Amino acid sequence: MADNQRKQSHIRNFCIIAHIDHGKSTLADRILEYTGTLTSREMQDQILDSMDLERERGITIKLQAVRLQYKADDGETYTLHLIDTPGHVDFTYEVSRSLAACEGALLIVDAAQGIEAQTLANVYLALDNNLEILPVVNKIDLPSAEPERVKQEIEDVIGLDASDAVLASAKNGIGIKEILEQVVTKIPPPQGDINAPLKALIFDSHYDAYKGVVCYIRVIDGTIRAGTPIKFMATGATFDVVEVGTFKPRATVVDELGPGDVGYVTASIKNVKDTRVGDTVTNAKNPTPEPLPGYKRINPMVFCGLYPIDSSDYNDLRDALEKLELNDASLRFEPETSQALGFGFRCGFLGMLHMEIIQERIEREFNIPLITTAPSVIYKVTLTSGQQLEISNPSEYPEAGKLDFVEEPYVKASIIVPKDFVGPIMELCQSKRGEFIDMQYLDTNRVTLKYDIPLAEIVYDFFDQLKSSTKGYASFDYELSGYRQSNLVKMDILLNGEKVDALSFIVHRDRAYQRGRVICEKLKELIPRQMFEVPIQAAIGQKVISRETIKAMRKNVLAKCYGGDISRKRKLLEKQKEGKKRMKQVGSVEVPQEAFMAVLKIDE
Amino acid sequence: MSIGPMVQPQGDAPPAPLHGWTPRALYIHIPFCTNKCFYCDFNSYVVEGQPVDAYLDALEREMERTVAALPPETIRKVFVGGGTPTVLTPAQMTRFLDSVARHFPVAPGAEFTMEANPGTTDPAKLEAMRAGGVNRISFGAQSFDNGLLAAIGRIHEADDVVRSIENARRAGFTNLSIDLMFGLPRQTLEQLKDSVEKALELDLPHYSLYSLKVEENTLFHRLYERGELPLPEEDVEVAMYEHLRERLGRAGYKQYEVSNFAKPGFESRHNGTYWRNEPYYGLGAGAHGYARGERHMNVKGVQAYIDAAAIGLPRKETHTVTVREAMEDFMMVGLRLLDGVREADFRRQFGGAASEDVFGEVLAKLREQGLLERFGEGEAAGYRLTEKGIPLGNEVFGAFL
Repeated sequence: MADNQRKQSHIRNFCIIAHIDHGKSTLADRILEYTGTLTSREMQDQILDSMDLERERGITIKLQAVRLQYKADDGETYTLHLIDTPGHVDFTYEVSRSLAACEGALLIVDAAQGIEAQTLANVYLALDNNLEILPVVNKIDLPSAEPERVKQEIEDVIGLDASDAVLASAKNGIGIKEILEQVVTKIPPPQGDINAPLKALIFDSHYDAYKGVVCYIRVIDGTIRAGTPIKFMATGATFDVVEVGTFKPRATVVDELGPGDVGYVTASIKNVKDTRVGDTVTNAKNPTPEPLPGYKRINPMVFCGLYPIDSSDYNDLRDALEKLELNDASLRFEPETSQALGFGFRCGFLGMLHMEIIQERIEREFNIPLITTAPSVIYKVTLTSGQQLEISNPSEYPEAGKLDFVEEPYVKASIIVPKDFVGPIMELCQSKRGEFIDMQYLDTNRVTLKYDIPLAEIVYDFFDQLKSSTKGYASFDYELSGYRQSNLVKMDILLNGEKVDALSFIVHRDRAYQRGRVICEKLKELIPRQMFEVPIQAAIGQKVISRETIKAMRKNVLAKCYGGDISRKRKLLEKQKEGKKRMKQVGSVEVPQEAFMAVLKIDE
Repeated sequence: MSIGPMVQPQGDAPPAPLHGWTPRALYIHIPFCTNKCFYCDFNSYVVEGQPVDAYLDALEREMERTVAALPPETIRKVFVGGGTPTVLTPAQMTRFLDSVARHFPVAPGAEFTMEANPGTTDPAKLEAMRAGGVNRISFGAQSFDNGLLAAIGRIHEADDVVRSIENARRAGFTNLSIDLMFGLPRQTLEQLKDSVEKALELDLPHYSLYSLKVEENTLFHRLYERGELPLPEEDVEVAMYEHLRERLGRAGYKQYEVSNFAKPGFESRHNGTYWRNEPYYGLGAGAHGYARGERHMNVKGVQAYIDAAAIGLPRKETHTVTVREAMEDFMMVGLRLLDGVREADFRRQFGGAASEDVFGEVLAKLREQGLLERFGEGEAAGYRLTEKGIPLGNEVFGAFL
């Protein structure tokens, strides 16, 4: 027993909170290096971001958890679990679950840029979870670094004592030891009773082809080992544990995980729906009376249709979505049918980035070329009959005669921006039907703006415009604030006289004409010439409000067959054919993938 | 024509050799030019400083090895292309043509074409060519507008074309052709019309009229990628193509292929080999050949070719054509001919298989789109491009792959 208590008192669980680009991944790398968890030979840059996509985008999507051994100045060796967290507004729930697995958090703030909106949101989440927060001012080697100003900002804005904040440069390895010392001395060891019934939190999972579902857990009470009968409290599923282990950072089998331990469990779990991030694992024979608080099945906010370009990929697409759903508690999908696109799925996402990531992963990891329809939000529609509907697919929008009123979701948007950009941001928010709530100075230079904005406008192209109108200086966070009645209409797009359901969208009546005109122009650019003339029309109900025409293709013929090089001619024609495969036959018209997202890509 | 063993297209059976008959056509590549044109991605090298004699030695090695591996029967069509074969000196020309005659039994009435560039054919060289058996010359004229010629990297001028044709006629050549290009950067319809008139004034029996295609690894491609190649609009290019089809037709030339026009009896017989998907020998650096159901490509570099030919057949790649692929090729290249493909030829090449059984769906779709039409009945039946299909040939050819 004493051994167990000693072991538990030498565990520290922490995560890192940082804004994108503030150096989280680099700091994690340095910590792994400093503690000898990885030799420099094994060291890949930014080891924690293991997916290609994460590296390319410089963001963390999937959580990771690493066990480190650190010999502190007090002569004792501590076991540290570093739990990585995503850094984007779309993944707030995943962040909150990984925070729940920790007792402390490093708050990384860029010494030049200061606090950003997303950092702030995650700090509040951490405070809600009663985490000990250790501020770290990073990138102090930058010429533009102002560590004292940033420390002051941490105190003023968050209300944390920043006098002990470590001044660090993850890039140059400055301050790493000081950070580790603070982790050991300031973050409390995990509480938890080894003799109590098993209680553990699932904060992530992934699917392994050999082992089935691998659940990432933090043990709160009790122990878990191979053979333990376990139960997932939210789903009710029961299994016998096959293997437990920790990440060092590679998966390493251990005999047992006890209170405070962070590691993984496998139990031949084949059905991906049995495990949910945020769920509590307990002993099936000796269950804990109360699950851990905070589990929720989170609701997606943005929806779109995903269709295989090649309809024979439909089953593969379903398999891919099922696999992705496993480590993505927030991904939703259900089959839907489109007249234009055939069989596909209506999918729900946390936000635009989440949607793009899923789309890219399906195309890259599962090699299924996709058509994504323009994103939509959930509209609450009340019919004249009094019946109420929730609609996430514009093609289900009822005709005007049956419609009493429509409500659309609004979000409360917080934007932090240097004061010089306040003008452009206000203009942008107003152009997006935003309503001003509040403006506050963070310091002499930076301002927090708060607006109520329809979510539909956010999913449209708000991020891009925000970035371009502030040269990338703005940071942005939002939360759902409720539904409001709006004057909306459904816009239909007709190609060659046929309505293409997958191109329909819902728009505020005041903007309908403008948007209809621009989208016709955009589609004209995106759809290549066909063998015949193709009219493009935008219509509200029966009324056509805009029209463009794609001229017929007139010439496409190879010149010469040179010196008998038939294989080259074949290659050229095969390339042409590949190009066509990336297009979807809609009626008689071949439409490229991008066209279905055209509504997003227009500048008004 | 003797016909080799026939093949039956069968599911999992190993591919039987296609086109078992011995090639009657011979292509030889001379990869040297005086300079590299801006649009050119052919296997050619500026001749200055190149080991031309060693190359001709190597060609002889390849000829020896080729006839040993696949003894030739009477050759009815020879085509010497490049590059610019006429950059050879008269002595090199004589020696090269002698080596061809020594290794291949070229029939007395065979079509023997050599490509030439205006300004590279003096009387001595023309005499060497005539004496060596060449009886048809295809000149790369490209345009009669000196500004355009300079803009595409040609070093000759319009006058050189006229002079070269005069010289060739004086040397006894009557079967002459020139290439013209259209769709060139900044080219106008008026400029093209003017070039066509000047070409017709020469009163040649054959004209090739190609639209510019921007190929990778050319100067034009780099310019194109940078958005600095002002090509004519699609509608202008179509107008050019329509004009030259109409104008050459009016002048008594028959368009027998997408890009080729001839007086009756002067169609290029060698190129007909490719278009009918028949076998041909292919020799020289980077040359392609097709024999016994195998397509090959030779090593491309001059020295690499010389080295490879010293050891064996200088192949870079050899590829066994499957029955399916050969059928696709048959349609893809055959439909370039305006007379189209004949069902009888398809059945003969593919052991009695009917094109409609293989390509029924594609043929039906192309006919529905108005790009392809069926003609004749029974053995005489076949398919050809429609008027609408001619400028949209790639849509048709690609559909069979």
